[in-house]
Amino acid sequence: MQDDPEGPGLRRGFLALLMRELRLSVRHGGDTLAALLFFVLVIALFPLAIGPEPKMLARIAPGIIWVAALLAALLPLDRLFGADFEDGSLDHLLLSGLPVSLLVAAKALAHWLVTGLPLCLAAVPLAVMLRLPDAALPALLGGLLPGTVLLSLLGTTGAAIVLGARRAAALLPLIVLPLATPVLIFGAAAADAVTTGGSARPHLLLLSALLAAALPLCPVAASAALRQAAG
Amino acid sequence: MDGSHILTNAPRPGRPGRSLHRFANPGRFLRLAARVQPWLNALALILTATGLIWGLFFAPADWQQGDAVRIMYIHVPAAWLASAGYAGLAACALVSLIWRHPLADLAAMEISPVGAGFTALCLATGSLWGKPMWGAWWVWDARLTSVLVLFFLYLGHIVLVRAFDDPVRGQRAGAILVLVGAIDLPIIKFSVVWWNTLHQPDTITLLGAPSLYITMLWPLLIAALGYSATFAAIVLARTRAAVMERRIRALLAARAEALS
Repeated sequence: MQDDPEGPGLRRGFLALLMRELRLSVRHGGDTLAALLFFVLVIALFPLAIGPEPKMLARIAPGIIWVAALLAALLPLDRLFGADFEDGSLDHLLLSGLPVSLLVAAKALAHWLVTGLPLCLAAVPLAVMLRLPDAALPALLGGLLPGTVLLSLLGTTGAAIVLGARRAAALLPLIVLPLATPVLIFGAAAADAVTTGGSARPHLLLLSALLAAALPLCPVAASAALRQAAG
Repeated sequence: MDGSHILTNAPRPGRPGRSLHRFANPGRFLRLAARVQPWLNALALILTATGLIWGLFFAPADWQQGDAVRIMYIHVPAAWLASAGYAGLAACALVSLIWRHPLADLAAMEISPVGAGFTALCLATGSLWGKPMWGAWWVWDARLTSVLVLFFLYLGHIVLVRAFDDPVRGQRAGAILVLVGAIDLPIIKFSVVWWNTLHQPDTITLLGAPSLYITMLWPLLIAALGYSATFAAIVLARTRAAVMERRIRALLAARAEALS
């Protein structure tokens, strides 16, 4: 990969890493499904706790779905670098000549494809079950799509920062959740705005702006943390 | 292992950041800090006492809020120091990552508990102030909420830097987290204000008219200076203790090695 740093070498390395991650998550299907099942179960708990009144459920549906998505996206993060760190393949990846930020980007993209995208898809039937008005569905999905990518990027950064810590899995939410508050606020507000007769557009634009800022910054921060972890 | 680098890290001349490395020598830092500490302590005590006594007993009561306004002299400086502490933490993180300055690492580790303490004081007094003013202990007001998130950021840093077996690794991870948080903090603040105006259009703002009377402004400013000196004094004392602790640990390790 060293011979042609600008050309197809980078793309090939990126794709190879992405395919490796996807293959791994397909082979560990249980781990992959766990996050999705967690998402569905947490949402199913809310009507049981609050009561089945449709108006109330419709009012809190976007918030519930967003909080559950935030928590579910955190679940697979501690294995994101953890497994590679323990068996030494992370050192190999760092030595492969692929820029570390690109490695992080591949990991984040894999996390999104395996966790974020299924969450978005599962959110549609769940929103219908919670009696979210049909008009608010596009806003919910339009927020969840960039929002889950953002969560993947922030989560990957957090996972790189806590890599090698004792009880990293417990530490991770403590670090990522405060950083993710803007995503939650704008994401839930987009769907909320439609149900209360407003426009989702400003919220979705702000989410996209956050995504545009996080796309270059998060891989840089995560790669700095990864280099520290690898020593 | 962790203590040795701080004992042997002599300043290297002719490198960028040389002036900073002058103070990376822990012996020089300890000598200088020992001389500054008593003055800083005295300054902190005198200024804080003056500001608080003036504010709590002699400054005029507010025509609208009555004596409840006096919580301001405890609350507002704590809120300023909570954000200033995070700025200091970010500065330490930057110095630590760019120049690998061992004292910046130690200082960052010691700033975050103090900053969290001031943030907790700000939240607690804000809650006490909210009860007579808004009739509730907690209001999801934009300011309170963003200070709450700041408190969580401090807690995350405190836990993170102590979660690694290798302390240097913990400090570096903490530095990266602080920098990410420093970029995210204005966004969080903005989003919370936005969220708040969306959900509570008729929130009462605390200092609706920021035109404080000069008789109230003076004790507030003196209290703020006193709080800053207190913050600096505590951080300095903690950093000195941390340097000495590392020295003792390194000496004990060396003795254990010599005995075996």
